Amino acid sequence: MTRSTSLMLLSCALVALPLTGRPSYASTGSRTSLTIKGSDTMVHLVSTWAEAFMRTNPDVEISVTGGGSGTGIAALINGTTDICAASRNIKDSERARAQQNGRSAFETVVARDGIAIVVHPSNNVSTLSHDQLKKIYTAVYTRWNQVGGPNRPVLALSRESSSGTYVFFQEHILEQQDYAQSVRLMPATSAIIQSVSTDRGAIGYVGIGYAHDAGQRVKVLRIKATESGPAVAPSEATVRSGEYSIARPLFFYTNGAPTGAAKRFVDFCLSAEGQRIVRETGYVPVQ
Amino acid sequence: MERCVELTLVVAASTSIILVGLIFLFLFREAAPFVQHPGLSSLMGDRWIPVSFQKEQFGIYPLVAGSILVTAIATVVAVPFGVIGAVYLSEVARPAETETLKPFIELLAGIPSVVIGFFGLVVLAPLVKAAFGLETGLNAFTGGLLLGLMAIPTIMSVSEDALRSVPASYKQASLALGGNQIQTIWRITVPAALPGIVAAVMLGMGRVIGETMAVMMVTGNAAQTTFKPFESVRTMTATIAAEMGEVPFGSDHYRALFWVGIILLVATLLLNIVAQRVLKRYSVRQ
Repeated sequence: MTRSTSLMLLSCALVALPLTGRPSYASTGSRTSLTIKGSDTMVHLVSTWAEAFMRTNPDVEISVTGGGSGTGIAALINGTTDICAASRNIKDSERARAQQNGRSAFETVVARDGIAIVVHPSNNVSTLSHDQLKKIYTAVYTRWNQVGGPNRPVLALSRESSSGTYVFFQEHILEQQDYAQSVRLMPATSAIIQSVSTDRGAIGYVGIGYAHDAGQRVKVLRIKATESGPAVAPSEATVRSGEYSIARPLFFYTNGAPTGAAKRFVDFCLSAEGQRIVRETGYVPVQ
Repeated sequence: MERCVELTLVVAASTSIILVGLIFLFLFREAAPFVQHPGLSSLMGDRWIPVSFQKEQFGIYPLVAGSILVTAIATVVAVPFGVIGAVYLSEVARPAETETLKPFIELLAGIPSVVIGFFGLVVLAPLVKAAFGLETGLNAFTGGLLLGLMAIPTIMSVSEDALRSVPASYKQASLALGGNQIQTIWRITVPAALPGIVAAVMLGMGRVIGETMAVMMVTGNAAQTTFKPFESVRTMTATIAAEMGEVPFGSDHYRALFWVGIILLVATLLLNIVAQRVLKRYSVRQ
């Protein structure tokens, strides 16, 4: 082999490496392996489900990874995951791309999540309406005294744009408007809690499980869907009853209706046992 | 047989060149379709709104400004410490001191950036907030301080090499003419080593501009075009790290992120090339 051809072969191998897709749904011997990918919000819930399921179904091996709802949906489109866990609806553009790849996204609601609005414990504001939240996150309101609070600037915190919660909040609270450019995008929920607990002007949104875990470090606000409506505190009861307005379903997406091991797993998640796990991990059961 | 060994060595030696070439190729291949749609002009804007129900916008000015601001602050912080530290290590410190100090400086270079970022979020940001009476410590200044900390080892060790390579005859001449130690250091040794120090600073800047994790945790990541140190900024690296994992494969957003990557790569490459040139052209020959 001459020098130049071997160099060429090496470069070809390196270029080809990222192009070869990983086949999904591989059976290893008698065990079926199932991959679940997607929402970081749901990783804890899904892996708890997977552990419980594998205890009673030793023939199935489940691997759970996060990365975010978008990553999970992209993986479903590319066929590199069996189940995609998503904390937001699939977008039309994603559905179209799935169709181009000869796939269809089948949706199952497996749990519910409430989003709590948290502020610094010293803040005297205890209720905000959807409209006020929208004006805060689009920088129409930039000081707390515009919503009945102290005279200090508002420090609006959000998750990164890759988060399913970001898109959910944008769609339902900002009514599809863009976030103001001054909104700080935090890489993790823990960073939002950290900032809200130390910065007096901060406001942020986190899952209600996280807000309750944070305890006295943050103050959880009551939310009014309309100006004249009742102010509701987030809790399991108010999320399930629909009284608390900033709540969302959590989804599983599969390529077509689930079959085989995937169907057994989805059915398990929706069973009484599965829904008990939902409650234990800080989310709200679907029933 | 001999040819075989030779071949292996050639391949091993050229791996890094091939890799850089392939990375460029790969970046351009992924970024190229953006040129036709929506067009390179859409990168020239001051709004980076990649996830929107209205209109996705990929203006990179805020990201470039963010990277420049954080890098500038980090350089201002790191240069005095790095250069003065290097002067001390090479000219003043006793051998025993050098041997104690150097491992610690190297240790600082080895701390994973996510650990430094966590330190920044929990310790440095509240300190910056308290020291300047700010509403929050999540801003470009905190990011610059952290990155400055990370650049000090690079600047210090390369500067030290430069200072040590100044010929002894220069210093001897100065001392023989009656100059004291301080005069010799600042008027003779440092000026003679200046090209090396400049290169050290540039290599340090290269490290800073490419740093991701630490800066993502403390700058607040708001994509606004600003050069005020106490505002929140979003750097190019943080943008790629935060968004690449989630971006729909093959979308405009995906390709825009590759353009950000290309700009970043070109910037660091230029800094490195200039630094190498400066080192080569002006280095003192013994």
